[in-house]
Amino acid sequence: MLSTKEKEEIYEETRLYPYPAAACIDALKIVQHHRGWISDEAIEEIASELDMSVEDVDSVATFYTRIYRKPVGRNVILVCDSISCMVMGYESMYKHISDKLSVHFGETTPDGRFTLLPISCLGDCDHAPSLMINDDLHNNLTINSIDEILEKYQ
Amino acid sequence: METPLTEHIKENRPPLRLSDYEKVGGYRGMHKALKEMAPADIISLIKSSNLMGRGGAGFPTGLKWSLVPKDVPGGSLKYLIANADEMEPGTFKDRYLLEGNPHQLISGMIIAAYAIQARKAYIFIRWAYKKAEIIIRNAISEAYEAGYLGNNILGTGYNLDLYVHSSAGRYICGEETALINSLEGKRGLPRAKPPFPATSGLFGQPTVVNNVETLCWIPHIVENGAEWFTKLSITGEGGTKIYGVSGRVNKPGLWELPVGTTLREIIEKHAGGMKDGYRLKGVIPGGASTDFLTEAHMDTRMDFASVRTAGSRLGTGTMIILDDKTCPVAFIHNMIKFFALESCGWCTPCREGLPWVQKILESFEEGTAKTEDIGILEFQTQYMGPGNTFCAHAPGAMEPLQSGLKYFCDDFLKHIEEKHCPWRRL
Repeated sequence: MLSTKEKEEIYEETRLYPYPAAACIDALKIVQHHRGWISDEAIEEIASELDMSVEDVDSVATFYTRIYRKPVGRNVILVCDSISCMVMGYESMYKHISDKLSVHFGETTPDGRFTLLPISCLGDCDHAPSLMINDDLHNNLTINSIDEILEKYQ
Repeated sequence: METPLTEHIKENRPPLRLSDYEKVGGYRGMHKALKEMAPADIISLIKSSNLMGRGGAGFPTGLKWSLVPKDVPGGSLKYLIANADEMEPGTFKDRYLLEGNPHQLISGMIIAAYAIQARKAYIFIRWAYKKAEIIIRNAISEAYEAGYLGNNILGTGYNLDLYVHSSAGRYICGEETALINSLEGKRGLPRAKPPFPATSGLFGQPTVVNNVETLCWIPHIVENGAEWFTKLSITGEGGTKIYGVSGRVNKPGLWELPVGTTLREIIEKHAGGMKDGYRLKGVIPGGASTDFLTEAHMDTRMDFASVRTAGSRLGTGTMIILDDKTCPVAFIHNMIKFFALESCGWCTPCREGLPWVQKILESFEEGTAKTEDIGILEFQTQYMGPGNTFCAHAPGAMEPLQSGLKYFCDDFLKHIEEKHCPWRRL
């Protein structure tokens, strides 16, 4: 069941569009915000809320990279692997994080603290290499600064 | 030198609030447009200014607006959308404008919406631009409080509502018809054109989609005129441009400079030249989907026409430097991997062709490529060229590859001859 809060927030979004289904992406983001990821049950609940078929909602959910159809950790690390960050050495940043946390791209630490994912260009190229953790942007990364940054997220 | 777009942006300081922006001249263009000008006059003004879209394609803005029907049967619901879904690799200019001066964009959107008589407008903003989104939402509230949004704006009887939509990822949503599908809550697949959004766009209604930097120009042109705009540029194409440089230069960053500033001045003067120990080998001039330029093109004037003559595109005007310590094949491979990942999967050449190219480039880096692979890559650049795919995604991806094969052919061959990447030892 969608919570009252989720329903209210989804309703607010549907008001910006001529019909409820247009708020599908917003609804997915709202539910993900509350639950961390989008389960099959969440897809069904959103479908019924927006008067859509389950298949339609899932086709939207699986298209967008920032909708998680699998559980993720408490914190999601998004390492930019696009061109400016490649030139400026994202690969060694990735290797450092991967070694430190013993996870590769697509994996979650056993304690559920971090999920490590690649991300396309973050539009922060003059401060490359960059990454995001949850909603926070971190840039001009060095091996030392990464250690400090990770400590902030428990 | 005038820098209209960035003069009120100061780094390490929050953006100007509405009242402070008005004290330095903000919203003057909006007052003038809504009180003194008819919608058709604004469209003619923007047409005569020759403002070309700053999102990368360079389509004339006034012409785009003029394609919107004046009278829509069954009511007059039209839409304006600001494309703030910046995701072209190597591009970071709209983030600067959004975070630095949100009221400049909002005042531009009010004028643009009034010119096409749109009653609803959206800012489609990239999910990753969290700071920008908060800033924009606050600024919109201020604009409502001031009576610049909502009903009966400035007592003119004109109504406009402005909403923010935060995206959920995918590069293709920067393509205007894919953006429209995404805003409708659907998968972000591009639409067949025609019909163009100007006649049938968001929810089937006439729609204009403009880039952030483009919309930021509107209040300034309305206030100062088309001739002023033209004179700002060196080469007559009009205006200034936010140019940016990333890669191994001394001062990566962005600068507002007259349109037509040379590539050399941007890289050597503003970006401070190459870092010690690095030599410039190539430049991607306007985001990942533009052809390489090289040392030989350093005196190219950075405007749409001159960069086209040099064999590339101005694109977003934010450049990525390929230095001599970075393998050109790996550099291109990185961009192709991005395009393969971000293909929406709708049409076969793009969905299948880009991963094919990616695998071949990977084999170069692993040292298993064969001489005939160069021919396959060359064939692919034509197979996925303009006209063979549903949208401009794959043709854009082919631009750095085709020019890379031309300028760095020896480096491709070295990978085959030496059976490994010559840069891996560095």
